[in-house]
Amino acid sequence: MARAATLGRTRGTDPRLRRTLVTPEGVALDVAVASASARIGALFIDLTILFGLVLGFVLTLMLLAWAYSTTGLPAVSDGFMNFLFVLFIIGLFLARNAYFLFFELGQRAATWGKRSVGIRVASRDGGRLTAEAIIARNLLRDIEMFLPLMFMTSGGLQGTLSEFAAWSGIIWVGIFLLFPLLNKDRLRCGDLIAGTWVVDSPRSALGAVVASGVTPALAAGDDIALPADRYRFGERELSVYGEYELQMLEQVLRTANPDALETVAATICAKIGWSAPVGDEQAFLEAYYTQLRARLERGLRFGRRRADKNS
Amino acid sequence: MTGSATITGEEQAIAAAVLRSDRFRLEREADWVRLDAMVTAMEQGRLKRLADEDVLALPVLYRHLISSLSIARESSLDAGLIAYLEALTLRAYYVVYGTRTTFGGWCRSFFGGGLSRAVRAIGFDIAVAFAAMVIGAVLGFMLVEADPQWFFRLVPAQFSDVRIPGASRDALLGTLFGKQEGDGLSVFAAYLFNNNAQVAILAFALGFAFGVPTMLLLVYNTATLGAMLWVFASRGLTVEFVGWLSIHGTTELLAILLAGAAGLHIGRALGFPGRRSHLAALSQSGRTAAQVMTGVIVMLICAGLLEGFARQLVQSTEIRYAIGYGILALWLAYFFAYRPRRS
Repeated sequence: MARAATLGRTRGTDPRLRRTLVTPEGVALDVAVASASARIGALFIDLTILFGLVLGFVLTLMLLAWAYSTTGLPAVSDGFMNFLFVLFIIGLFLARNAYFLFFELGQRAATWGKRSVGIRVASRDGGRLTAEAIIARNLLRDIEMFLPLMFMTSGGLQGTLSEFAAWSGIIWVGIFLLFPLLNKDRLRCGDLIAGTWVVDSPRSALGAVVASGVTPALAAGDDIALPADRYRFGERELSVYGEYELQMLEQVLRTANPDALETVAATICAKIGWSAPVGDEQAFLEAYYTQLRARLERGLRFGRRRADKNS
Repeated sequence: MTGSATITGEEQAIAAAVLRSDRFRLEREADWVRLDAMVTAMEQGRLKRLADEDVLALPVLYRHLISSLSIARESSLDAGLIAYLEALTLRAYYVVYGTRTTFGGWCRSFFGGGLSRAVRAIGFDIAVAFAAMVIGAVLGFMLVEADPQWFFRLVPAQFSDVRIPGASRDALLGTLFGKQEGDGLSVFAAYLFNNNAQVAILAFALGFAFGVPTMLLLVYNTATLGAMLWVFASRGLTVEFVGWLSIHGTTELLAILLAGAAGLHIGRALGFPGRRSHLAALSQSGRTAAQVMTGVIVMLICAGLLEGFARQLVQSTEIRYAIGYGILALWLAYFFAYRPRRS
């Protein structure tokens, strides 16, 4: 029964990363926590983008400065240059934070890096994702990573970086970087503080109705015999399979690979003691699928579920 | 299959569908597809291009979708359909319960009251942190007064160049007035990356350890200050020293105080979560503390600019006092007296 209940839910994710999120309406939805590899991939993409943006900005500034110096206008005073440089330092700090804030405050709640690996930020308790939460998780990113690295770099450049400070800085960054691996929800310290987590962003595509009994010709108005009419299965033939087999059959029909259809049709026929419908596997399987599903769904309405052929 | 069909085709399809669950699906499919298109548009930031009736219909369609999902889970064995409804519901949920503010909108609400509210919310922690800082300063002063050797244990070597016990009045005066080594830029950079900004951020970050390291850090740092004050006070330079310190120190010490209080707030939630779970308490206090810290960063940038530029431009003690305490009054008024009505 438990297995039947999980059928049709999110497939293909690591079961250890699967969670249930209850919306304020009380509906339980399946979410998958983003894997550590996706997180680190997104981080590297974001860092690369940030580095590229800064590099582009600096190059533009240098180009402007060069253009200014070639025009032969009066030289700028040192004090003014210092002031500009200070603005530049502050600007870098703000731009770095603004990048994360701007994108995570958007509808997709994901930076470019997160978008490209298909993950997003969400509120852990199922409520609204607030701006405060985004601020908190990004502020902690600075404390976890950027600031220690900056202190270490500037200390190293000025020659005031002691070996002890360097090691403690490295350990500091290391602890925070490894922190997501040490808890089951892959929470960074910032996520912990903000009450958020990073989950796979859902993708949805609605497949066509499998074996609706409607052929394109019928939809256009012609009257053709339905596939279900050609094959009639009795109670004995239909009772051999459960929900698991039904949904496997659904997948086979959706993929519509001729070899797979042939194999599956042969297997079913062997099981129910029919002779294989050579050349007409598609119609046979659609009829079997429809009638099996009708039978199982009828049971479902009366509260009887059958997980698979063994139950 | 029915998406592009005519209305008669659609009705025919519904009528012809053998399964009750397929009829259920075909009857509602148009709504889902419409919601899907709207969610996609909103995810791509094209909210403004949605028609008014679409925006009005969004909550209704969302509720319909949720009830469809519940029904489908109980009555349909179409795995593809349920997977689609699950994913679409999750996407619609993220849109409906997504962030309401934009970056600019958040900035406005943050500086227009959000920051002040957050600071007032941690009032108790501010009082505790303030007590720790006062105790530290008094302790530093008294320790050095009892035995000047304490000075060398309290004050890091880089600060005690000339400013040591027994230094002449003129030497001390020289550190307070006149051009110091370096220009505004290097002072600012050294400031931003080295001393007190680090203290503020550490005081916040160490709040995780139940706030104990935060308290120690606050006491130790103001003890250094108290020791320094004794050196100047012993040569009768108290007023000048306080003036020199105040011009940026009021902003900076207030920033350290707030950072320490934010750290304490988190440590306190971790140690005494009350009826909430530890994680819930942590995230609740973390959101408040993070807002305060954003304010702290702004204050530290201001303090850096004041230290790098204003302190050397302004050489008169009276004006230093006026600037330092004027700015302090502005900060305090902004944090505690500025109470705009919540929008």
